Amino acid sequence: MVRLTDVYKVYENGARALKGINFQIDDGEFVFLVGPSGSGKSTIIKLLTAEIPPTEGRVMVNGYNLGTITPRQVPYLRRTIGVVFQDFRLIEKKTVYENLALAMRAVGASSQEIKKRVPAMLELVELDRKMNRHPSELSGGEQQRVAIARALVNNPGMIIADEPTGNLDPARSYDLMRLLERINELGTTILVVTHEKELVNRFSKRVLAIENGRIISDGMDGYYRYYENK
Amino acid sequence: MKTSNIFLRASNVFYFLQEAVHNIFLHGLMSLAAVGVTMACLLIMGSFTLVSMNLNATLSDLERENVVIAYIDETYSEEQARALEADIMALDNVESCKFVTREEAMEAFVSQYDDDSVFASVPASVLRDRFEIHLTELEEMESTVIALKAVEGVANVRAELEIAQGFMAVRNMAGVVAIILAVMLLLVSLFIISNTIRLGAYTRRDEVAIIKMCGAKDSFIRCPFVAEGVILGLVGAVIAFFIQWGVYNLVMRAITKSDTMQLLTVIPFHNFAGRILLIFLLVGLAVGAVGSSLAINKFLKV
Ligand SMILES: Nc1ncnc2c1ncn2[C@@H]1O[C@H](COP(=O)(O)OP(=O)(O)O)[C@@H](O)[C@H]1O
Ligand SMILES: [Mg+2]
Repeated sequence: MVRLTDVYKVYENGARALKGINFQIDDGEFVFLVGPSGSGKSTIIKLLTAEIPPTEGRVMVNGYNLGTITPRQVPYLRRTIGVVFQDFRLIEKKTVYENLALAMRAVGASSQEIKKRVPAMLELVELDRKMNRHPSELSGGEQQRVAIARALVNNPGMIIADEPTGNLDPARSYDLMRLLERINELGTTILVVTHEKELVNRFSKRVLAIENGRIISDGMDGYYRYYENK
Repeated sequence: MKTSNIFLRASNVFYFLQEAVHNIFLHGLMSLAAVGVTMACLLIMGSFTLVSMNLNATLSDLERENVVIAYIDETYSEEQARALEADIMALDNVESCKFVTREEAMEAFVSQYDDDSVFASVPASVLRDRFEIHLTELEEMESTVIALKAVEGVANVRAELEIAQGFMAVRNMAGVVAIILAVMLLLVSLFIISNTIRLGAYTRRDEVAIIKMCGAKDSFIRCPFVAEGVILGLVGAVIAFFIQWGVYNLVMRAITKSDTMQLLTVIPFHNFAGRILLIFLLVGLAVGAVGSSLAINKFLKV
């Protein structure tokens, strides 16, 4: 579960990225976080993954208070979240299989666990036949599916994706959202950041809209209404 | 998911080593420099230690061979002279002493020469009764000589102070120079290893960020880099050992062949090969581990 209460973020250079954010995401939800460029979406993601601390307010993620979390606890928090980025962030010199295996090894999984789990995850994203390829040999859509499989491999309760379709064409973007939808149906909480209105409107999901560091709407048709009223 | 014993897992060890070796070749020149400096450091440390050990051996030989002679006042009768043995034995650092009468001394003296006719007519009375004294510690020779001279009835003392002192001076100097050089080179070696690792870590910062985002602890991230440092240190140590071995044997052969340096006792290399290898490996290991930890701690903070 994620809960932000009166959260402010001021960067060291004085940029006020968040100005009193309040929202809650329950386990099992699928939520779009939308807003124009520079509105503070990535800042929220960085708060949730403990990359940066909040300046003010309370950020709770899966039982961890990110205002008071210690460096020792951060790895454990991160094991409860799978993160996906616009630029995939795969390790180029490793194969698809090794990318996933490393993510598991990093949290102390045994070889047997890795051998069982990695192929299963790759099957879920329909890339089991390409597990010995290197990322550079895959299309953008395929690379992003590898990234999703890696985010899932340690069985986190939640996936956070920051503009996961930013480098994909509309058809691939739609497929990727469908994949995330299916993963959500299997029980994983999903938070997707995007500024692609068309894409969001093809799904009837909860939409959190942010502008200029403030939540301006929150609801099943939030993004749509925001744009219509403008 | 279980998180314990992640370092003991064979697959992890393999991964750490694989990453370490990959990094070493990624920055081949830096790695070469790191190995080279570590090697030089160990060689210098080793050479001075070996010199110092050999001088020690030479000194103990001198202790065995070198006799301090205490001459007894001519006015003492043989009985009186013999009675001084207890006083001499009571001194610190006197291991043993042997009474030699003036007649015995004369005989020994004369027997040194082929043509004994020259000295045959010299009466033994020109010599004095004496004690031949062996010392426990050659280092204390000077104070023992002073103490001997203070014994009533001892007229004079002869000791080869200069030779002993010369050896001790060289040995002590070798020790001091070795320590200073070793510390300096250790610092240089630490610095170079640490920079090699830092460069590797910098090149792989994206990868490190990915692994951290997956929930890896710092210790997991640190391991490949520490492994890299340790490998560099150990490789330097092994190469240094073999070079040390070769050079030592060359020098040893030169000394045993030479006429002027027969005085030196040379210990065969295999007598301390095991110890030298162990020390080299330990120092290499320590320098590698500390150097890489320094680099990576700085890196992880950023
Ligand atoms: N590291 C940073 N240092 C200073 N300012 C930043 C930093 N990251 C983001 N910002 C500023 O914070 C605001 C929100 O940025 P961000 O959260 O990245 O927006 P979005 O992801 O919605 O495009 C922007 O004005 C941006 O310039
Ligand atoms: Mg962004």
